[in-house]
Amino acid sequence: MVSNNVDSEAASQILGHFGRFGGRFVPEALISALDDLTAAHLSAQNDPEFQRELAYLHRTYTGRPSIITEAPRFAEHAGGVRILLKREDLNHTGSHKINNVLGQALLTKRMGKKRIIAETGAGQHGVASATAAALMGLECVVYMGEEDTRRQSLNVARMKLLGAEVIPVTQGSRTLKDAINEAMRDWVTNVDSTHYLMGTVAGPHPFPTMVRDFQKIIGEEAREQVLELTGKLPDAVLACIGGGSNAIGIFHRFIDDHSVRLIGLEAGGRGVQSGFHAATITGGSVGVLHGTRSFVLQDGNGQTVESHSISAGLDYPGVGPEHAYLHEIGRAEYRAITDAEAMNAFSLLSKTEGIIPAIESAHALAGAIDIGKELASAGHSDAVLLLNLSGRGDKDVQTAAEYFGITL
Amino acid sequence: MTAMEELFIRTKAENRAALIGYIPAGFPSKAACIEVIKAMVAGGVDAVEIGFPYSDPVMDGPVIQAAAEQSLSAGTGAEDVFDVLKATTDLGVPGLVMTYWNPIEKYGVEKFAQSLQAAGGSGVITPDLTIEESGLWKSAAEAAQINRIYVVAPSTSTARMPLVTSQCSGFIYAASLMGVTGTRNSVSNGASELVARIRQTSATPVAVGLGVSTKAQAQEVAAYADGVIVGSAFIRLIQESENFETGLLRVQELAAALADGVRR
Repeated sequence: MVSNNVDSEAASQILGHFGRFGGRFVPEALISALDDLTAAHLSAQNDPEFQRELAYLHRTYTGRPSIITEAPRFAEHAGGVRILLKREDLNHTGSHKINNVLGQALLTKRMGKKRIIAETGAGQHGVASATAAALMGLECVVYMGEEDTRRQSLNVARMKLLGAEVIPVTQGSRTLKDAINEAMRDWVTNVDSTHYLMGTVAGPHPFPTMVRDFQKIIGEEAREQVLELTGKLPDAVLACIGGGSNAIGIFHRFIDDHSVRLIGLEAGGRGVQSGFHAATITGGSVGVLHGTRSFVLQDGNGQTVESHSISAGLDYPGVGPEHAYLHEIGRAEYRAITDAEAMNAFSLLSKTEGIIPAIESAHALAGAIDIGKELASAGHSDAVLLLNLSGRGDKDVQTAAEYFGITL
Repeated sequence: MTAMEELFIRTKAENRAALIGYIPAGFPSKAACIEVIKAMVAGGVDAVEIGFPYSDPVMDGPVIQAAAEQSLSAGTGAEDVFDVLKATTDLGVPGLVMTYWNPIEKYGVEKFAQSLQAAGGSGVITPDLTIEESGLWKSAAEAAQINRIYVVAPSTSTARMPLVTSQCSGFIYAASLMGVTGTRNSVSNGASELVARIRQTSATPVAVGLGVSTKAQAQEVAAYADGVIVGSAFIRLIQESENFETGLLRVQELAAALADGVRR
């Protein structure tokens, strides 16, 4: 058990800032646990045995490295550029979420804790958490907005089959934001026995850094794979952004490659102008939510405004602080994709490549269509786009069937 | 010196603890909130902590969450908070605001401190502002000569304790247990131990909150702390009374019982 030792004190000096973003805005009761977690993460990063154990799970349980698939028929609709898909959808449990969850579950054991709690919106992170808990013999409680438990009843059943307890959250807007509030309240109360396994690169330090460290394997693998396939770096890397974990995961290894554009696609809902969206960087302002300073959808009194997206996984009024920073320094670009554009790309990938993407990932695909056309019309039709296909669409079949008027 | 600091000098001279009541601004309505505060003060509450209702109150249990939600749905904003504060301090009791950090940042950090001072407020309790992030707030609060009150928890390490308590003025808010706001059947044993640990690092008065709701609990806490903070118990009386008038009477009765308790 790592607790209040020298490492922990040293770790508390590291504030986890990304420029003016990030930091810790939490009840004092959590500071000690956050310090312990920071110390445990740092020591695990430098522990070859921990890294070996995680790499073994990636290889034999998750199915890493995930492959790269070229999507030429889809790319015909994107100005004819080359589009390479990083297939995180093929991971066990169906998305990139498992990368982070396995890392944090190992850390939970390392800290001597027996219980994990998690928040979930679409249910992907909840399912991944329940999976890791089953694998490692941990107790698992998942908080999920009551509204989302109805929209994603299949994932609720999956979590229960995996032995997790799912608690529907009836406070506030009854969605992901309120599930996070309730998980934080549980954590404040049970912090000695419990690890809060946060699913994205938001929240107080060390979560944005730690979750990124567990997700950056996506970009590390992809960079090698693209170099091997094309002999050069991609022209742009694209990913969808809710909290931003799959995006930071694929961006991170490319940050120092200045020729590579990094493009995050936010959920534009019914359009940023309509007010019904989840495009936090494009349509929000700087504020503090869930323990970190970043961009937030908020009103004039600093109250969080509800987000709207057809994609439950992007339906969050905050965003990771490192993305806010990459936006502010101009290293990454952020654009909004509407529900309609995302669903068009969802359908297109399904019909041209035989791959049904998660609706989250379909936002990145819609971005690729726009960017590809822009590059082609500027004379760069030989451009290579690398896109993180962060999850598969099985969970979205009902939503998509309703959207396209398919009778079930 | 703020009115809050003067209060602690007086209660110390009277050999008792101060009784601090909490209510979110705008609950159950703006006008009714002021009536509740008057009832608290009539019953013997020494100072009032006015909550700035917030959409994501992670430190609060179900009672205060529901009250804050009700207030927010009526559109309560910063100016309403300051109006309620002004009405409180006009009664001649010290007034404080308790708020999560984002509403302060959105309002403007310096402007918030100034508006609070202009409403006669003594200080602000900031439950999610860590001392590491408090630089701007420190200068703003010092310029407006208002108190900065931070929460200390049972989990606060011995090494960290003086870093937090040295930043507090007016009083130090000791969270009696690991958890959220709300009434409990008993006050945690950890509370007296925590107060003792705080006193080893600071001479600033210490008030205990979280879970205090009865005269006996107030009496128990007053034996070792300088202040007793009660919130959810008052709010529940308003929520559960068959009509508002009855609720007000019960608030006043509870305040009187607690006031008796803090006199040990």
